Amino acid sequence: MQDFAESFSLAFQLIFSADADLAEIVLLSLKVSLSATMCACMIGMSLGAAIAIFRFPGRGVLLVLTNALMGLPPVVVGLAIYMLLSNAGPFGTFQLLYSPTAMIIAQTVLVTPIATALTRQVIADLHTEYDEQLRSLALGPFATLTTLLWDGRFSLITVALAGFGRAVAEVGAVIIVGGNINHVTRVMTTAIALETSKGDLALALALGLILIGISISVNAALMALKGTARRFAYE
Amino acid sequence: MNNIPQNVSPNASFAVTNPLLPLRAEDLSYAPDGLALLDKVSLQIAEGGISMILGPNGAGKSILMRILHGLIPASAGTVSWRGQTANREIRKRQAMVFQKPVLLRRSVTANLDHALNAAGVPRADRNRRATEALKEAGIAHLAARPARVLSGGEQQRLALARALSLQPDVLFLDEPTASLDPASTAAIEALVLAAERRGCKIVMISHDIHQARRLASEIIFMDRGRIAEQSAAAAFFEAPSSAAARDYLAGRLHLPNGA
Amino acid sequence: MKHLKSTLGGLALAAMLALTATGNAVAADKFITLQSTTSTQNSGLFDYMLPIFSKKTGIEVRVVAVGTGQALKNARNGDGDVLFVHAKPAEEKFVAEGFGVSRQDVMFNDFVIVGPAADPAKVGGMKDAPAALKMIADAKAAFASRGDDSGTHKKEKRLWKAAGVDADASSGSWYRETGSGMGATLNAAVGMGAYALTDRATWISFKNKGNFKIQVEGDKVLFNQYGVILVNPAKHPVVKKELGQSFIDWVTGDEGQKTINSYKLNGQQLFFANAS
Repeated sequence: MQDFAESFSLAFQLIFSADADLAEIVLLSLKVSLSATMCACMIGMSLGAAIAIFRFPGRGVLLVLTNALMGLPPVVVGLAIYMLLSNAGPFGTFQLLYSPTAMIIAQTVLVTPIATALTRQVIADLHTEYDEQLRSLALGPFATLTTLLWDGRFSLITVALAGFGRAVAEVGAVIIVGGNINHVTRVMTTAIALETSKGDLALALALGLILIGISISVNAALMALKGTARRFAYE
Repeated sequence: MNNIPQNVSPNASFAVTNPLLPLRAEDLSYAPDGLALLDKVSLQIAEGGISMILGPNGAGKSILMRILHGLIPASAGTVSWRGQTANREIRKRQAMVFQKPVLLRRSVTANLDHALNAAGVPRADRNRRATEALKEAGIAHLAARPARVLSGGEQQRLALARALSLQPDVLFLDEPTASLDPASTAAIEALVLAAERRGCKIVMISHDIHQARRLASEIIFMDRGRIAEQSAAAAFFEAPSSAAARDYLAGRLHLPNGA
Repeated sequence: MKHLKSTLGGLALAAMLALTATGNAVAADKFITLQSTTSTQNSGLFDYMLPIFSKKTGIEVRVVAVGTGQALKNARNGDGDVLFVHAKPAEEKFVAEGFGVSRQDVMFNDFVIVGPAADPAKVGGMKDAPAALKMIADAKAAFASRGDDSGTHKKEKRLWKAAGVDADASSGSWYRETGSGMGATLNAAVGMGAYALTDRATWISFKNKGNFKIQVEGDKVLFNQYGVILVNPAKHPVVKKELGQSFIDWVTGDEGQKTINSYKLNGQQLFFANAS
């Protein structure tokens, strides 16, 4: 148990010493995972809402696929993106491997199925409630989609949070496509992996505690927003 | 669309020729999973006044209204508006208010704005029409409030204001006052009557015989998926022609086959 | 709908800014990508040595620290400018197949066999590494192997061969392949009281030693040579030939060699420069 006590005090020391390297790593983690969550939500929420509302050929396949891909192992995604972005791969000319952009792409691929599947559920529930009213207004398909997405906005915050949680916590994909390069692509999870491999378990755990702290802060901020929404019966 | 006049003034103090009516339904059946909920219903609804659909629970009133409005497709039969099958333009000239109002998770004004936008009203006119409708419904002071925190009566007035802001030629009302207190009911009825005076055709479902007496110009009485009779309101309440209607008015359960 | 559109638009813009911002950051700098191994990274040598090089030349060195096997594979794909690894036969094959320009010795350290203080196979103090491995096998004492085709793993396989033991046949019983990096394998070895082969540099800088200590060291076969290779621009035109070559020239030249020899951890020299 000494390790835990040491980790806690180390975590506090790191935070209060305003360690520049740590700040850089934390900021990159946030930048990569928030960007990826945003991209994934733009794709996943449109797709999820479309699956919820429309009947089109291939819809069933898409539904099964997104549900199955929710459990996609990050390391597989990392490998696939590596092979695409590698200089020996089809997109090598873009020189994206070992860059934060590559990490954003990998995490976007990881989070999109989650955003899609959860959005589908949220929008399907809302659609059941709104359907007759919207059809009474003779709303077109696109307007129906945007109406439901906008009115589901506060429930969709939970979707974004789930996606962000997966993105910021994963290490398997970013360590392959990012390379854990110091000052360039090192994020919280790859730093934790590195310290673990150095046997510095206390420091690794301290970084883990800070990661949990970040996650709690992001969650708390969005939950406060949701609280306001609930007061207005917007949820 | 040429036969529909584009210049019907909503504020005219007397009924102008309603561009959608007469509404004609022929042999409408609705039988999901083989269970006949509507059985070859034919009717004609003419312009002017309030057509009130009465009948016991399970008679098929709500289903008939949804088929007429185009929310659900009939299993068989046809609906025509002044000889035309419904299309999007015709649909946009109708509105409907449900027993439980479906309000968007937005402010009161935004709810109206959304509906007006859907109806293709230009942005410049939306705000004015929304404000007018809210004022008429007596809820202008609630304009900025989130719609879903309003009381039940306010919510239904908002739903009606939203429908009326669209200036429909035909307004369908499915028991809009079923769960409201007397004051809210009176407010809704006043709004409905005012709309009717402006030339909007009202087709309304009710369970309240007193309300029907107050509002209706004609009664469409339904029983077990059929129309038992359609008569002028005065005649109906004086001497209903069908046995089912007589039992209903007398407060007796109408039990088929002497069960 | 206006809200939704502007929100979506804002999100898209923000995402695009984030992407282009990172893209610019990558493109603006003068840097090379070095495919290397965990031993050099984890020992702190790169943290000590590379800033000296960067300060002198203005070239940033971005280190991707993986196992030698993966480093070779990544370089084969052209994902890196310079290789800095320790598996001489594999490196020579890499050059022979045309993926590398040429290979040069840089430095060496040595491998050691570490194990629990209790020393169940009684190999403590031995010098003869294959003989010690034979005793570990005979005692069926737990042994944690990298099992990841890294330089260390390749060395370990050669040692088992020299000992005349078919360790793979016992995989899953006393012979345990972690399939992970050096650090993870050491963590596992300490966790289950297993012997392990590790390079000395990683071991000295490793913090989670528990009651483990070096049991076998000093055998000539435990010698661990590091080499440096410029990835062949003829195979992959994206390779930064000049920048990569200037790093190789520096690390095999006087200043680089002196820098390597001057790096000490806990008062011990970890790597011994031996470029010819």
